[in-house]
Order: sequence, then C-alpha cells, then structure tokens
Amino acid sequence: MAEKKKTTTKKTETKKQDAKKEAPVKQEVKKQAAKPQAAAPVAAGSTTKQEARIGVFICHCGTNIAGSMDIPTVQEYAKTIPNVAYVDNYKYMCSMPGQGVINKAIKEQKLTGVVVAACSPRLHEPTFRTATKEGGLNPFRFEMANIREQNSWVHMHDQEGATEKAKDAIRIAVAKASLLQDLFPKSVPVEKAAMVVGAGVAGMQAALDLASAGIKTYLIESDTSIGGRMSQLDKTFPTLDCSQCILTPKMVDVGRAQNIELMTWSEVDSVEGYIGNFDVTIRKKARGVLTPTEAEARGIVGGGCNGCGDCDVVCPVVKPNNFEVGMKPRKAIYINHPQVVPLIFTIDFNSCIKCGLCVTACGPEKRAIDLESKDEFVKVKVGTAILATGFDIFPIEKKEEWGYKRFENVITSLEFERLICASGPTGGHLVRPSDGQTPKRVGFVLCAGSRDNTGTGKPYCSRFCCMYSLKHAHQIIEKIPGTIPYIFYMDIRSFGKMYEEFYYRIQDEGAKFIRGRVANILEDKSTKNLHVMADDTLLDRPVDMEVDLVVLAAAVQPSADTNRTRKLFGVSCSMDGWLLEAHPKLNPCGTTTAGVFLAGVCQGPKDIPDTVASAEGAASAASIPIHKGEVELEPYFATCIEEKCAGCGMCVNLCPYSALALVEKDGRTVMEVTEAKCKGCGTCGGFCPGGAIWMNHFATPQIVAQIDAFLLGGEQ
Amino acid sequence: MSAPGNFEIPKRGPGIWQPKIIGILCNWCSYAGADLAGGGRIQYPPDVRIIRVMCTGRIDALFVLKAFADGADGVLVSGCHFGDCHYLEGNFKSAKRMFMVKRLMKSIGLDDRRFRMTFVSASEGAKWGAVITDVVKTINELGPSPITEFKK
Repeated sequence: MAEKKKTTTKKTETKKQDAKKEAPVKQEVKKQAAKPQAAAPVAAGSTTKQEARIGVFICHCGTNIAGSMDIPTVQEYAKTIPNVAYVDNYKYMCSMPGQGVINKAIKEQKLTGVVVAACSPRLHEPTFRTATKEGGLNPFRFEMANIREQNSWVHMHDQEGATEKAKDAIRIAVAKASLLQDLFPKSVPVEKAAMVVGAGVAGMQAALDLASAGIKTYLIESDTSIGGRMSQLDKTFPTLDCSQCILTPKMVDVGRAQNIELMTWSEVDSVEGYIGNFDVTIRKKARGVLTPTEAEARGIVGGGCNGCGDCDVVCPVVKPNNFEVGMKPRKAIYINHPQVVPLIFTIDFNSCIKCGLCVTACGPEKRAIDLESKDEFVKVKVGTAILATGFDIFPIEKKEEWGYKRFENVITSLEFERLICASGPTGGHLVRPSDGQTPKRVGFVLCAGSRDNTGTGKPYCSRFCCMYSLKHAHQIIEKIPGTIPYIFYMDIRSFGKMYEEFYYRIQDEGAKFIRGRVANILEDKSTKNLHVMADDTLLDRPVDMEVDLVVLAAAVQPSADTNRTRKLFGVSCSMDGWLLEAHPKLNPCGTTTAGVFLAGVCQGPKDIPDTVASAEGAASAASIPIHKGEVELEPYFATCIEEKCAGCGMCVNLCPYSALALVEKDGRTVMEVTEAKCKGCGTCGGFCPGGAIWMNHFATPQIVAQIDAFLLGGEQ
Repeated sequence: MSAPGNFEIPKRGPGIWQPKIIGILCNWCSYAGADLAGGGRIQYPPDVRIIRVMCTGRIDALFVLKAFADGADGVLVSGCHFGDCHYLEGNFKSAKRMFMVKRLMKSIGLDDRRFRMTFVSASEGAKWGAVITDVVKTINELGPSPITEFKK
C-alpha cells in the first residue's frame, strides 16, 4: 500500500508547498478548508484541491481491540478512505515502538495529519499528540478514533458490528483530520497561591504541605473551627492513638503557619477563571466576634476575642451543641470545644436575642463583640484549588426498622464516639440515654445503611465502619469490665495495615461476633432494653438478642454543602454524590477541571491514613502548576470570521464567561473574543446565525465533514 | 428504558437495512460516561456512531438537520445533567435549541422520536448502555428515514 502511494507523493508535495505558502494568512486557509474539503468524502476517490495526507494507525491493544474485531479488514478498508496516504497497525500503539511507527511514518510519508484508532482520546490523546509533535507535525493535527471504550469493549460478542463501527469511526476521524489546522497552546502565568476548601484532617494536611512548599494557601472552613470529623473522634484504629492528641498539634500548626490564611466560618461564594487564575469570592459569615487582627483594624488596640469565655457564662440562650451531636448544651455565643483553633467565639445569629449581656461581659477593653456584624465578601486570586469537603453521617432514622430516634437507646457510632470520649458530654462514661445507666450488653449493627440495595440506604461500603466498630468493642471491654459487645456483621472488612491483626485481637478480647444483617430492632417498653433480631447465618438460626444499648455504624454520605461547592468549581460527581476523580486509578486526586484537586473523603469513603495520603497527593499535584509558574491552555478558542459577522450580538449574551464583546472595526460592528476568558465550549459557535464563529479544533466544517463522512461516505 | 445487554444481534447482509444513527456527545459527561460503559464492559448495540464536541452548547441545530438531510435514521445528542455542565450552562442553551429542532421535525412530518437529547453523566456507564439500547430499539421500530426513501 505504501509503495503504491509513493508514486503520487511527488505531485502532492508541490501542492502541499503551495498550501503552506498560504498558511500564514489565517482567514484564507479557513475559507479554503471550509469549502472544497467539506464535500470531499462524498466523492470518494476524487482528488481534492488541498491535498491532505492522513496516516491511519490501528492499535490492537493486545487482544482488547483485536479480540473483538477484524483488524486486517479494518486496515484494508482504511486504505480506501479518501485522503488516507498510509495505514499501519501495531500491537500497542501507545508503547514507545508504537509511537515510533507514527513518528517514522509522518516523516517518510509526508503526512499532514494523523489518525490513531485505539482507546479513548480522554486517555491517550496527550500521548499521541506528543508523538505527532515528535514526528514534526503540529500536535493538533491529530485525531483519535475510539475503537476500544466505545467499540471493542461494548460489542464483545458482535465481531461484525464492531468491525463495521470501527471502519466508520476511522472514516469519521479521517474526515476531521483532513481539515485540522495548526494550533498553538496559549501559555498563561499561574498565581502563586492555592486554596483548600474544608479544614478537616485532609484539608489541614493539604494546606500544611502547600504552605511548607512556600505557597500562600487560603484554607476555607464553613464551621467555626478546624479539625473536622477527626476532632470528634475519641481513639483511632488500629493503633488506639487518641484522635485529639495527634490532631491538635496539626491544628495548632495550621493556626500558626505563616503561609496559611485561615478563614473559618466562611464559604466559597463564587469561582471565576481557570487554572492558574481562579478568582474566588469567599463569604465570611457574620461572626459577631472580632479577632484581635480585626479589632486592631478597627482601632481597638489590644482588643478582640482572646477566648476567655466570659460571654459564654452570661449568655441566656441555650442550644444543642452540634459538635457533641446535640448531646451537650451550648450558648448562642459559643466555641465547639475547649481546644478549638482558632480560639475565637462565634455568635449563632439564628438564636441570638441580642440582649447585649455578652457585650457588657466582654468589657470596654476587648470590645470583641459586634452584634450588628454582617456577612463580608473577600476576593482572592489563586492558581489551584483543593476540595476537601468531607462527609456527613447518613440520616439513619430513614432505616425505620432499627428505630433510631424512635428508641432512646439506639445511637449512632458518632454519638458513641462522643460518649466514650473523655472530653465528651459524659466525661467519657458510656451511659444509656434513657436512664443514664452503664450498659452491660451493647449491640453493634454494622453496614447500617451501607451496602444497602433497598433504595433507602447507600449501595456502597462506607469502608471504615467495620474497623471503628471493632475499636468501639475494644473500648467497651477496656473501660467497662464485664460488658459484652455483640457485633452483628455481614463481613468484617479489615483491609489495611495491621487491621486484620486488630480484628483477631478483638476476637480474643471477648467480643461476640454474629454474622447476619439485623432485620429489626424492638424495644421493651418497661426496661427500654432492645431486642435485636437477626439471622445468624453461621449457625443458620434466628437470633433474638436482648441488649441495653445499640450502636448503629451508620453509612457516610457527602457533606451537605458538597454539591453546591463542586458546582462552583465545575467538578462532577458520581451517582452517589462523591466527587468524581479524573481517573479512578491513575489520577485519583485530580478532577476534569484543570487546577482543581480532591483530598479525603469527598472523593469517596476513606479511613484516616488514606485521607492523609490523598491530601498529600492533592497538595503535591496542586503545587506543580504553581512551581512551574505557567500552564498551557488548550487552544480551542472561538474566533470571529469578521466578514461574515453581522454584529447582531446574540453570541455575547450566550457566553457564560463574558469572553465576547461587540467592537467597532473598519466602520462595522463585529464580535471580538477575549482569548484569555474563552474556555472553548462553543456555545456561541453553535448558535451564530451567520456561521461567523470559528471554533478552533471543533469548527463547523470539521464537524459537518464528520457527519458527512459517516452518512455519505463509505460503502453505500 | 430497556436494560443494557438486553438486545439481540441483528441479521446483517446485502439488502438488509441497518439503522444509521449519529450521536453527538459532550466531552466531559456523556463521552466520559460512554468510556466508563466501555471500562465496565457494558454491552449495547453497535449502531450509533459518535462525534465528540467539547460541550453540547457547540451543537448547531443545523448539525442535526444536516445529519437528517444526509440520511441519518436517528440522531442522539447527549450532554451533562442540568447544573453539571463543565461550562456552566451550555447544556441549557443546547436543550433549548434541540427542543426547537424537535418542534421543527414535527411540523415537517419527520417523526421527532428519531431525534433525542439525553443527559448522561461521567459516572453513568450503565445508563449510557441503556440509552443506546433504547435509541437503537426506537429507530429499528421506526424503520428507515423517510428522507432516504425520498432519495430513491
């Protein structure tokens, strides 16, 4: 095939040179490309004015592709497609030798465009663009035909159908490749600052890492203090480290770090811009209390909140403390717990009656309380952002059969953590909520709402409940001699380092394990004891276990504000609401929005070590563009074909990024694009009634050529 | 909507009509969802050919009409769910146009079931399989496009 074509090469070359001379005049090339070539695939075999020489490279992907379709047939067919100058195949096109095949063919066959029929462009487009570039062509003269993800893998039992589809996919790709133009990515500088949203253990770790790398980091937390879920825990498995003891130093570091600007009681309000240049507006919720810095800014020298708590004492309003899962009271002016960072009180304006007692208590020197404070908006510019928005507990009362919120002695695992914690509402004494007695038999219901396909719960495994329930069992055995934990489980998933060993240890310590999902929990009205009904699948008999307290290891779900925040940053989510990573295996911290990364549980349930590891990964990834100093943006900008533009301005309102404007040029009103603002969606180009908008790489003639190639080209 | 995998491989051969369906997908949601279906080996009929654009907002109503004029038996446009558009609101604007196309099809006597806009996210591989299976089923029921029949 290659030999045959070589004879025509010389003729083509001269024509190509002609075309090259015209190339610098952008508009002319466009017009030429648009008119004669769009019709090219129709008249198969006829020569076109501007000769495109496309190389088609078909990948076997081992047997991933070759196993489901007839590659020789596809290859023979590809040779007959108009504009195709060279066809080759290779076992793994993405391998070094495979890329070498492309490289060599571009030079030897004087190709003007490259089509690789392989996997998804979302996977290997960058690889083959590099290969195209190395062969001496502009990297944007490359087009991919997806014959794996959207063909061989989904038509595994239909060889004939898959082969036909592959032929069409290659024909469509060749049609586009024939019309592709040289494009040049735009380099933009990256702001030397980063943002981390959420200051749980993931967010804190990410912020500390970024700060240590010399990057100014804004750490945004919607709660009044940092620490997140981990600060609510008592001990951590399997080492039984005290959670607060290992977390507090980190919290203090965050509060002290020069490079971290901590903003608690704040939310991201809006996000504009793109990688390297995100303009983020932060809403600082009305706190009612001034920090020493804020006080100084108002001219109150030496004033501001020092965390003395005098206001707390006098406040007459009592509310449940959410940090203690509502099991302890707090005032309308409050801190979550004594070790909070930053140690600044906050007024809950939803319950504050503005009596002014706290203002008097605070005194004339500190003058820290401002009952009239309003939400403030702060604008910052950052290069990259990390989302670490964490999780909430699934509202387990939805699983009515377990009686949470109906029976007093059914509690969640988070409530258990607070009850067993020395700084918790009971000072670390585990008691029954109904009568304050110490329970002698405690039932643990695992997979409470997780691994649940009934539609009420969550289908996924919440991943850390098995392990913390084992830890809870250990704590009971350790703290209350004679009390027996009964663990109702489906499987014990002790997946981490030293986890399985921990499981054996708890077995040896005397915890009772019953394999069977709990069907129902009933309450004895007189004693408030609970009957746990389950099927012991190992003994193959029903169980009716009377216990004093039931702990539900409730499923976790994305935190309440996750959905709003992710939309601001343009991050997708999976079906259960967890934020979607760029690639589940190879890019678990990245997202499809360049410059936005994920840390911790917001991406999916993780235990603490995995959360910290993912945070460090995200911090590292987020620091790369900042240290590099500039990023390349894909040059898919819109441009205006001025002689076609009627200046109607319909596109201006369509642009979500305000990148378009009407300007006066040579006495006419035409549209002008600000390239730095244009993200290349093409919404303007899809609407322009005059066809006056040229979308780089997705231009109308290119797309129409693809449509024509499929429907009019090929075997009729 | 029929479940993915619930289809029969049709008889093929000279003289047997095969539906020609074109699918125009946005890069970020539906194309990624279709890739995910591949990763999950979700099986569906092979009759839909895919063109990738960055956003459904890029899709000119004329692209759809051009496809029908060229003899497509069906056209599928698929993008992100509302509120999930990578470019904020391209899918809203596209949906508006596509409704217009549907109305136009009705008034010129082209069955508007031949054209469909769906919303498949990057995590909905199984849904993608179901969508394609259903689109192919619908087009098979409707038969060849009257436009191709006119040309004969």
